[in-house]
Amino acid sequence: MTLSLLFYIVSTLTIGSALLVVLNRNAVYSAVLLVFTFFNLSILYLLLEAYFLAVLEILIYAGAIMVLFLFVIMLLNVGRERVLPKMMSFQRAVSLFLLVIFFIGVSLFTIQGVQDLHQPAGSVSIGNVTAIGEALFSKYLFPFEIASILLLVALIGTVYLAKRKI
Amino acid sequence: MVVPLEHVIILSGLLFSIGVMGVLFRRNAIIIFMSIELMLNAVNLALVGFSRYHNNVDGQVFVFLVMTLAAAEVSVGLAIIVALFRNRQTVNINEMNLMKN
Amino acid sequence: MNSMIWLIPFFPLLGFLINGIGGKRLSERMSGIVASVVVGLSFVIGISLFGEFLKIGTPLEQTLFTWIEVGNFTVSFSYVLDSLSLVMVLVVTGVGLLIHIYSIGYMKGDPGIQRYFSYLNLFTFMMLTLVMSDNFLAMFLGWEGVGLCSYLLIGFWFEDPVKAAAGKKAFIVNRIGDFGFMLAMFLIVSKFGTLQFANVLDETSIANLTPEIVTAITLLLFLGAVGKSAQIPLHIWLPDAMAGPTPVSALIHAATMVTAGVYLIARCGILFAASEITMSVIAVIGILTAFFAATIALTETDIKKVLAYSTISQLGYMFAAVGVGAFAAGIFHLVTHAFFKGLLFLAAGSVIHGMSGEQNMLKMGGLKQKMPTTYWTMLAGVAAISGLPLLSGFFSKDEILWNVYSSQFGGNVLFGIGLFTAAMTAFYMFRLFFMTFHGDRRWSGEVSPHESPKIMTIPLIMLAVLSVVGGFIGIPESLGGHNFFHQFLQKSTQDATGYITHHYSSGLLLSENILMILSITAAIGGLLLAYRFYVQRPDIPGKISKSLSIAYKLVSGKYFIDELYGFFFVRPLRNGSELFWKKFDISVIDGIANGSGKVMLVLGNKLRRIQTGVIQNYAAVIFLGVISIIFYLYLK
Repeated sequence: MTLSLLFYIVSTLTIGSALLVVLNRNAVYSAVLLVFTFFNLSILYLLLEAYFLAVLEILIYAGAIMVLFLFVIMLLNVGRERVLPKMMSFQRAVSLFLLVIFFIGVSLFTIQGVQDLHQPAGSVSIGNVTAIGEALFSKYLFPFEIASILLLVALIGTVYLAKRKI
Repeated sequence: MVVPLEHVIILSGLLFSIGVMGVLFRRNAIIIFMSIELMLNAVNLALVGFSRYHNNVDGQVFVFLVMTLAAAEVSVGLAIIVALFRNRQTVNINEMNLMKN
Repeated sequence: MNSMIWLIPFFPLLGFLINGIGGKRLSERMSGIVASVVVGLSFVIGISLFGEFLKIGTPLEQTLFTWIEVGNFTVSFSYVLDSLSLVMVLVVTGVGLLIHIYSIGYMKGDPGIQRYFSYLNLFTFMMLTLVMSDNFLAMFLGWEGVGLCSYLLIGFWFEDPVKAAAGKKAFIVNRIGDFGFMLAMFLIVSKFGTLQFANVLDETSIANLTPEIVTAITLLLFLGAVGKSAQIPLHIWLPDAMAGPTPVSALIHAATMVTAGVYLIARCGILFAASEITMSVIAVIGILTAFFAATIALTETDIKKVLAYSTISQLGYMFAAVGVGAFAAGIFHLVTHAFFKGLLFLAAGSVIHGMSGEQNMLKMGGLKQKMPTTYWTMLAGVAAISGLPLLSGFFSKDEILWNVYSSQFGGNVLFGIGLFTAAMTAFYMFRLFFMTFHGDRRWSGEVSPHESPKIMTIPLIMLAVLSVVGGFIGIPESLGGHNFFHQFLQKSTQDATGYITHHYSSGLLLSENILMILSITAAIGGLLLAYRFYVQRPDIPGKISKSLSIAYKLVSGKYFIDELYGFFFVRPLRNGSELFWKKFDISVIDGIANGSGKVMLVLGNKLRRIQTGVIQNYAAVIFLGVISIIFYLYLK
């Protein structure tokens, strides 16, 4: 019961910080808030018994990716958006309307879809490193290797793009 | 599970919507990029939820792969943004309308 | 041996490809040699297969491939050599070979000589396909193919609009007949379910049909034959076809292609014999064509046009023969006609060659000393076509007249017309001969007539020999001969002739020998008359044409059939087309086309605004798509 309560509290914090990420005008604040969001998501993963992913979330997203973001923001020095956008243009109204529709659609779809699902009996521990490791190095060995190649390609691409003249 | 599956999925949907909002509303390319990360995480959350629900590790492997992809994407994407900024001295996508005309 | 059959049509096709692809890369001499050699090879194979056929006595067949297979309807592409097609193959390749050789001399120096020989080879291939195929469809392929080559060769000098128009006219008039052929094929497919000769030309399957159907099929086939063989009323294209090079006239418009109609009827003899109406129609049209064409030839002054009308007239004889059920006689005349008419055209070509392109007989005369070889060979041809005794034309024409007289489809009237026509034939042919070679020299000083080179005179001599002795293959029994040709062809045509109950001998006033004497008299009468008119008293023809001015105008105007067609068919069509072009096409069709273009332009200008170039708009639209998919899945 306390765990459920914790889930809802953390969920609220996640949504709040995510909203602030999007609505904040200062890019640095956005980045920091996004780190906070990722921490919250990590806690949610823990609550969903995905321990390994919770660690990875902090390591990769909060650690590596967001540092990269902050680095670029600092490098380019684009802290604040120069032109203050008008709050409610026609375009935004339409977008907002679409978002609401989307959210309603996803919710309806989920609620209806979940009813047809059947949770298997018993509880197996799946979130630990052992289970994921076994899956990665047996059933998903090939995608795993492909992922490594993807990273290599991205590395090369980044090095190329970062050259002075393109 | 600590909470019903629906709640996880609705949370995921909300996060995703917020990410889309960021993509549609903001002009700063870096913020848009962050919003895309948010959307990826929303999907990850849904995958983890389903994985837990079904007692199946496959979903979590997917999340692992998505994270790999995100890392690669961010590194390349940010490199592109840096290159763009170098050429045009801006990250405002309204000034990057090369596709018009 | 059977496996060699395909080589007969293959060699000319090879020649066509070599000359057609090689084009200007081949030297003038080379292209002529290639074209002649391939036809010669076909001729040699034809001869050897002929020997084989005589040994075995059954038709030789070779199936190359299945052409069309739809349900239980199949058309194979196969070649068959029975006695009828062997005769045709030997005529086409034999006479064709001589004409190819002659062409080397005649066409010397023409810039398009490679094109000329490739067309000539293609024609030979198509003609061989026509006579060797074992079904109507493949025959139709050849039928259309020779029509195409005829068009190409008539309009060979297409820089001259008159000659190009002549080719077009031949093609269009032929189309009328071809439609008849096609309709006949449709009818055959629907009634017989097959196009194979073996199944269609079969007594039992024909007996299953109503007489009306048989009459319809045969009349439609005959329409095809009328178009191809230039019979009344579709004869108008052949005189114009003389616009082509003279060897072409000899090969296509005298010896081979125009006889395809006769071949068609002889091939389907059993089918035609089953319809008395059709047989009578063929006989009457044949004799009438023979007569009217001969009358036109009487006044014509263009040397080639005389020969053209003479060809129409002789074809009329052949149709009269097959129309009265004497298929062998028709084919016999076809063969001898190929010899002497081929010879006459080539000799006329030699004259034209020597006269530097002059075709008007009024500007010739007295060429005997200048062109001795041409003179003697042409004399052989003229004598043969006139039916002077013991020459080839005598035997074949006599056999036709005898059959016309004695057959149940013929009769005294048709025979009388035929006999009179024979006299006219002798007259106009000797008129041509005398006007060209005897009498005063009427040519101007610039032209210097000369004998043609050897390469042209040797084919002439060979054809002259054939014209003289060619008739001996068919000496009638009444003269103590055996009529080998008749017996040979019986293998192909006996079914058909057996179908017709000839009542020879019963109730006939005249015997075959008496008829022979009559036709000899007619021929010699025509000859003497021509001699009197054009050698002894050249002033008589003018007087006669004055005293019979209306008849003369009618005949020399070719009965104004061209003008009649022009008034009734060509002009309304032209006016109608013009109306459609100026009113309908320009305003309605172009309006629709241009209008739709304009609408698209305006729409495009409006729609262009959708493409803002703002990335977020595109993202929003993608998002809209996502939403649509979700709702679609949800509502499904």
